[in-house]
Amino acid sequence: MAAGVATWLPFARAAAVGWLPLAKKTMPKPPVDKKSRSDEILIVNVSGLRFQTWKNTLDRYPDTLLGSSEKEFFYNEDTQEYFFDRDPEMFRHILNFYRTGKLHYPRQECIQAFDEELAFYGIVPDIIGDCCMEEYRDRKKENQERLAEDTEAEMATDVPLPPNSTPRERLWRAFENPHTSTMALVFYYVTGFFIAVSVIANVVETVPCRPPKGSVKDLPCGEKYSVAFFCMDTACVLIFTFEYLMRLFAAPSRCKFMRSVMSVIDVVAIMPYYIGLVMPENEDVSGAFVTLRVFRVFRIFKFSRHSQGLRILGYTLKSCASELGFLLFSLTMAIIIFATVMFYAEKGTKGTNFTSIPASFWYTIVTMTTLGYGDMVPNTIAGKIFGSICSLSGVLVIALPVPVIVSNFSRIYHQNQRADKMRAQQVRGRGASSALALFTHLSLICKCGFFSPQDHDSDSAALCLKNRSSFEHQHHHLLHCLEKTTNHEFTDELTYSEMCMTESVGYRTSRSTSLSSQQVVSSSCCPRRAKRRAIRLANSTVSVSRGSVQELDTLQVLKSSAVPQSRSSLNARTEDLKLNCEQRDYTAAIISIPTPPANTPDESLPPSPAVPGILRNSRSISSFTHETVKISSL
Amino acid sequence: MSACAKRCKHGLVKFAVSVHKLVTGTLNKDKVDDDLEMTMVCHRPEGLDQLEAQTNFNKRELQVLYRGFKNECPSGVVNEDTFKQIYSQFFPHGDASTYAHYLFNAFDSGHSGSIKFEDFVTALSILLRGSTREKLQWTFNLYDINRDGYINKEEMTDIVRAIYDMMGKYTYPALKTDAPKQHVDAFFQKMDKNRDGVVTLDEFLLSCQEDENIMRSLQLFENVI
Repeated sequence: MAAGVATWLPFARAAAVGWLPLAKKTMPKPPVDKKSRSDEILIVNVSGLRFQTWKNTLDRYPDTLLGSSEKEFFYNEDTQEYFFDRDPEMFRHILNFYRTGKLHYPRQECIQAFDEELAFYGIVPDIIGDCCMEEYRDRKKENQERLAEDTEAEMATDVPLPPNSTPRERLWRAFENPHTSTMALVFYYVTGFFIAVSVIANVVETVPCRPPKGSVKDLPCGEKYSVAFFCMDTACVLIFTFEYLMRLFAAPSRCKFMRSVMSVIDVVAIMPYYIGLVMPENEDVSGAFVTLRVFRVFRIFKFSRHSQGLRILGYTLKSCASELGFLLFSLTMAIIIFATVMFYAEKGTKGTNFTSIPASFWYTIVTMTTLGYGDMVPNTIAGKIFGSICSLSGVLVIALPVPVIVSNFSRIYHQNQRADKMRAQQVRGRGASSALALFTHLSLICKCGFFSPQDHDSDSAALCLKNRSSFEHQHHHLLHCLEKTTNHEFTDELTYSEMCMTESVGYRTSRSTSLSSQQVVSSSCCPRRAKRRAIRLANSTVSVSRGSVQELDTLQVLKSSAVPQSRSSLNARTEDLKLNCEQRDYTAAIISIPTPPANTPDESLPPSPAVPGILRNSRSISSFTHETVKISSL
Repeated sequence: MSACAKRCKHGLVKFAVSVHKLVTGTLNKDKVDDDLEMTMVCHRPEGLDQLEAQTNFNKRELQVLYRGFKNECPSGVVNEDTFKQIYSQFFPHGDASTYAHYLFNAFDSGHSGSIKFEDFVTALSILLRGSTREKLQWTFNLYDINRDGYINKEEMTDIVRAIYDMMGKYTYPALKTDAPKQHVDAFFQKMDKNRDGVVTLDEFLLSCQEDENIMRSLQLFENVI
C-alpha cells in the first residue's frame, strides 16, 4: 500500500489549502525535496533476464537492497545496468512487491529458495500478503519440521563413534541404536521377547483352567500354577530391572533420562513386583495389591522402543493436543447438556434408569458415540426426541476434530518414512553429504549476516536516517499543518493522561497569574515535562501576543491576562521550540511503527536513534491500512 | 423502547432468513456468482494534450500523476468510500471521514459520486498552480457545503468540527467541547464584514487578502508536485 499512500500524499497536502483560512497560525515551511524530481527507468539484469522499472518504484522501500544505495554495489558501468546473479524467476515476485506493495509466495517454488531470495534482497517475509500467507506458513512449518528431523537423524548416531569413547558411551549407543553391534541386537530381541512373555503371562493368568482334583469350581490359571507364573514373573522383572539399571548407568544425562517417558514406563512396569514382595500377605492390603498388578500391563508400552509405529502414534497424539482438548471439551459440554435434559425429561417415569444426572451421563456418552448399549432407554416422548437429537449431534461433534488428527498423523508418518529412507541412503553416502549441507548452511548464515540491511550498527543506522524517504517528511509537514490549524498538538495516550492529571494541579496553583507562579508550576513536575510544557506555554502565549484574539485554554487565558512577556524572550523560546520540534519530527517520523501502546511512551521521551524504527519501517509502510500509527508528541 | 422492539424485529427477520437459507440451501445451489459480478466501471480520461491545456501542469507531471492514479484505481474512478479510506490513512489519530466527505464533494465538481482523473487533476492544478483568487475560491466552495453561495455558521461549524475530529482524542492542550464553536466565532468575527451572519465570496476573498498569514501560507504549497 505504500504505492497508494505515496501517490495520494501530494493530493492530501494540496487539500491542506482548505485549512488555511481557518488557521490560527502560519503554516510551517514544507520540507524541500533536494533530490532531482525527474524519474528515470532503471535496468536490472538478473542472470540475463532484463527487468526495467522506474527508479521511484524501487525507492518506495528504502530499507531493502534495491531501494537503498546498496544496489550501487551491483552496478555495471559498462552496460549501465544493475546485475544480480540470482534466480530470475524469483526476482519477478520480488519486483512485483515493489510495484504493488504485496508480496506473493509462488506455490511451485521451494520455500527455502524463496526465503533465501528474500533475505538477499532485504525483504522481511512477514509482509507476505494475506492471500499467500497461509500457504507460506504451512510450507515453512513443514520445512522446519523436516529440518529438525534431519538434524535429529544426523545426530542419531549412525556415524561411527570416536575411537576414544568410554564403555559407558558405547553402552548407551548400543541401547539407543541396536543395529550397531550384534550384542546390542541380541539384547534388543531378548528384551522384546521377555516383554511379550510377560504380557502374555499376565493375560493367561486370568484364564480359567480346569480345576484341580477334588474341587468343582474353575480356577484361574494363575492360581493353579502360581509357582510357575511367579517364576516367569520374577525372570521378566529381573531382566527389566537389569535393563533399566544398565540404561541408567549408561545415560549421558541421568536426570534427563529419569524424566523421560520411557524410563517412567519402565519403572511403573517393575514396581508392582517389588512392592508385592515387600508387602505382607494381608487381607486389607491385598485389594490394593491387586490394583497394583494392573500396572503390569504397562509393560506393553515398553514395546514402543521396538516399534516405530507406536512412537508415531504417541507423537501424533502429543502434537494434536489442542484438537484433542477441543474434542474433549466440546464432548463434555454436550454430555452435560444432554444428560441434564434427559434426566428432567425422564424424571416422571416410574422405575426409570435415569436416577440422577450423573447416571444420565452414561446414557449420553453411549448415545453420542453411537454405541447404544440399550441398558438405559428413554420412555417418554420428550426423552426420545431429545435422545435422537443427542445421537445426531454426537456424530457431528465427534466427526469434526477427527480429520485434523488424521491429517496430522499422516503427515508425521510420511515424514518418518522419508527419514527412514534418508537414513538408509545416508548409510551408503555417509559423511560427505552432511558436510556439504553444513557448509552451505554456514555460508547462508554468513550471507545473511553480511547482507542483511537490518543491521544494528550505527553506520547503517546513519545511512538509513539519510535515506529516509521524503514521504515521511511530507507526511509530517501535513500533520504539522493540521496542528497549526487547530492550535492543538498531537500527543499519545500516556502523556495525555499524565497531562490531564497534572493540569488539574497546575490549574489550582495558577490562579495567581504571576510569572513566579508559572515557574513554580513548571518546576513542580519532572523537569523534562516541565520544560516541554514551558515551551508549549510560550508557544501559546506567542500566538496570543501576535494578535489573534482567541480563547485558547483557561490556563493560558489566566496567564496571558497578567503576564507581560517581552518579545525577545518569546522569540528566543520559539527558536528553542522550533529546534525541538525539528528534532522530535525526526523521532516521530521514525517511530511511526505499528507497535502496541506500551512501547510508544518509552520511545517518545528521548530522541532515540532510529534503530528500532528502521527494522519495521518497511512493514509500517506496507501495512499502512491496517495498523494504527502512533506519533510521539511533537 | 421502540429501538429495542426494532432490534428484536430485525433479529427475528435475520433468524427467519437464516432458517430459510438452511432449508433451501440443500435444494438450490448457492448463487454466489452473482455477488462476484461487480459492475466494472472503467473510465478513461481525455487526451493528454487536452488536460495539459486545461490545467497548469505540463505533460510530464500529468504522466506522473496519472501513473500513480491508475496504479491505485485501475478502474479510473474513486468512489467516496475509497476516498475516505485513503484520506484516513494520513490521519491515523482521529476520524478523518467527515472531512473527507466534504473534501470529496469539493473535488467532485460534477457531482457524479465519483472522482475521475480530470476532477483530480483540475483540483490539484487549482490548489498547487492556481492564482490566489482561484485557491481562495476553491476553499470557499469547500466550506460552502450546500453550494448556495453563502457560508453560514452551521456549515462552518460542521467543517471545523470535522477538522477537529481529525486531531483525535489525545491532543495537547486537551480539546474542549466548545473549541470548534469558538473557532467558528473567531472566523466569523474576522470574515463577516457586514455582520449579517453569513459570509459571501467577496467578503471571504477580501478578508483573506487582508490577512498576511493566509497569503503567505498560500505560497507554501507550490512545490508539492
